[in-house]
Amino acid sequence: MAAYLIRRLIQSALILLGVSFITFFLLYVLPADPVRQIAGRSATPQTVANIRAQLGLDQPFIVQYGRYLAGLFHGDMGRSYLQKTDVATLIMARLPASLLLMVAGIGAELVIGLTMGVVAALWRGKALDNGLMMTSFVTVSAPQFVVALLLLYVFAVQLGWFPIGGYGTPAHLVLPALTLGILGSGWYARMMRSSMVEVLRADFVRTARAKGLTRARVIMRHALPNAILPIIAMIGIDIGIFMGGIVVVEGVFGWPGIGQLAWQAIQRVDIPIIMGVTLVSAFAIVLGNLLADLVAPLIDPRIRIR
Amino acid sequence: MTAAAATALGPEGVWRRLRRKPLALFGIVLVVLIVGAALLAPWLAPYDPFVQHFDGLTLFGEPLPPGGAYVLGTDLLGRDLLSRLLYGARTSLIIGVVANGIALVIGTIIGLTAGFFQGWIGAVLMRFTDLMMAFPALLLAICLAAIFQPSLWIVAFVIAMVNWVQTARVIYTETSALAARDYIAAERTLGASTWRILFKHILPHLVPMIIVWGTLGISTTVLLEATLSYLGVGVQPPTPSWGNIIFENQTYFQSAPWLVFFPGAAIVVLALAFNLVGDGLRDVLDPTLRGSD
Repeated sequence: MAAYLIRRLIQSALILLGVSFITFFLLYVLPADPVRQIAGRSATPQTVANIRAQLGLDQPFIVQYGRYLAGLFHGDMGRSYLQKTDVATLIMARLPASLLLMVAGIGAELVIGLTMGVVAALWRGKALDNGLMMTSFVTVSAPQFVVALLLLYVFAVQLGWFPIGGYGTPAHLVLPALTLGILGSGWYARMMRSSMVEVLRADFVRTARAKGLTRARVIMRHALPNAILPIIAMIGIDIGIFMGGIVVVEGVFGWPGIGQLAWQAIQRVDIPIIMGVTLVSAFAIVLGNLLADLVAPLIDPRIRIR
Repeated sequence: MTAAAATALGPEGVWRRLRRKPLALFGIVLVVLIVGAALLAPWLAPYDPFVQHFDGLTLFGEPLPPGGAYVLGTDLLGRDLLSRLLYGARTSLIIGVVANGIALVIGTIIGLTAGFFQGWIGAVLMRFTDLMMAFPALLLAICLAAIFQPSLWIVAFVIAMVNWVQTARVIYTETSALAARDYIAAERTLGASTWRILFKHILPHLVPMIIVWGTLGISTTVLLEATLSYLGVGVQPPTPSWGNIIFENQTYFQSAPWLVFFPGAAIVVLALAFNLVGDGLRDVLDPTLRGSD
């Protein structure tokens, strides 16, 4: 176990190193010039050259990357070109909002998705099952911004139940979390359905029935807990999917998280921020996958660690 | 059942089984309708999608609601929404086919090479694939698209760069399993060349899997294109794409919601159609899933 953990940690570190290299390289070769953005349109060539030298952007690629990495090891993610603040500070200021949204979103996803899955499994082959599975297909086929705008229109513009956007009160959280919840629910619904169908066929469920337990008790006490177990490990993988998609939802609802930070930085070619957010997201993805792999054998001893 | 038996099913066998799945059939009908609409756009569209009609706006310069001369209403510039949606189907399908095609080719080559040769080539390729898995895909795509001046082909290329990873992993797993089979060893003993084994004995067995992932991949691609275009870094106006129609008209979102919901519904229907067909094909072609429900 310890050896496995160490190997996985080293692998994860190498993956993050690779992600940092590729992102840095892509941003280095990009045709958009950050110095022009900082200097403004009317700047003289001399000013432009000065800023370039000041930021170290006149150095060869490998030197620039080396400096960035050296900084990273000291917890220094560089300074934003335009906001004149440390990237680490900016990200830390925005991270709580994104994490809150992520937790609420995953919560909504699980509640909606698992309910759909269980109900579909219990009514397997019936119209209700088909309807729910069709719904799950629709939710995985909808782009985030369409669902976000739909919810916004119905519940904020028309009904006025929730604010149109912003941050601060629990009411602000409902629509963004619901958007993410609806989108992810189809995935969980399908997994939960097949897991539940499998468990309902298992011998121990038949035994439980045979000893005369009520249907409700068999389902709640015996089937459900066993069916949910394999799904828990999937939450780790889900964290990664979340981090990738947070840009759009935060944009539509004006949620002040790292997704919006990244989006603004991309538009202004603020490279240190783009680098920072990409690395934080990649870190979340790697961590999520690692957790999923570590939790799986704890839940189901048949899964062996290789 | 093995992949080989799935191949032996043949196109007719696949169709026979697919026919019994109502959801997959529904998906096929939707695909046919959308492809038909895209191909026949010049004949179906009531107006030129680029013409800004003088009577296409109210006296206050606002878009017209659905009904009347413009069946689905007009957009912020007084262009016919239905015509733009029909031409937009072309954009989505072109990107869907091109981007997904490139992604499939890259994914198949990488997965096949890594799975067949294993060793250090395989290790390097699969570690690279792991690395790409850890990339926040949407963020990467937005970055790339914002960096290059986006055109239809750049957008397709960007999406392909992000989307090949899943295919590579699936193909790798399947190829590794195939390459370890006895009949491959037997072929080698008989003196078959590497190329012959790859093309005659491995690749044909991967075809069902490539078809399944190719179909499902179109959905992913269409959704990614729509998202990029909605953010303004995808296909650029005036070329109509369902995502950029929403992007352009977002300012009228509250007063003219149809400008958001018609294209939004179109995106969902297209992605849904390919998901339904892909899932049906997977049930028919993927041996491990047979009889699971």
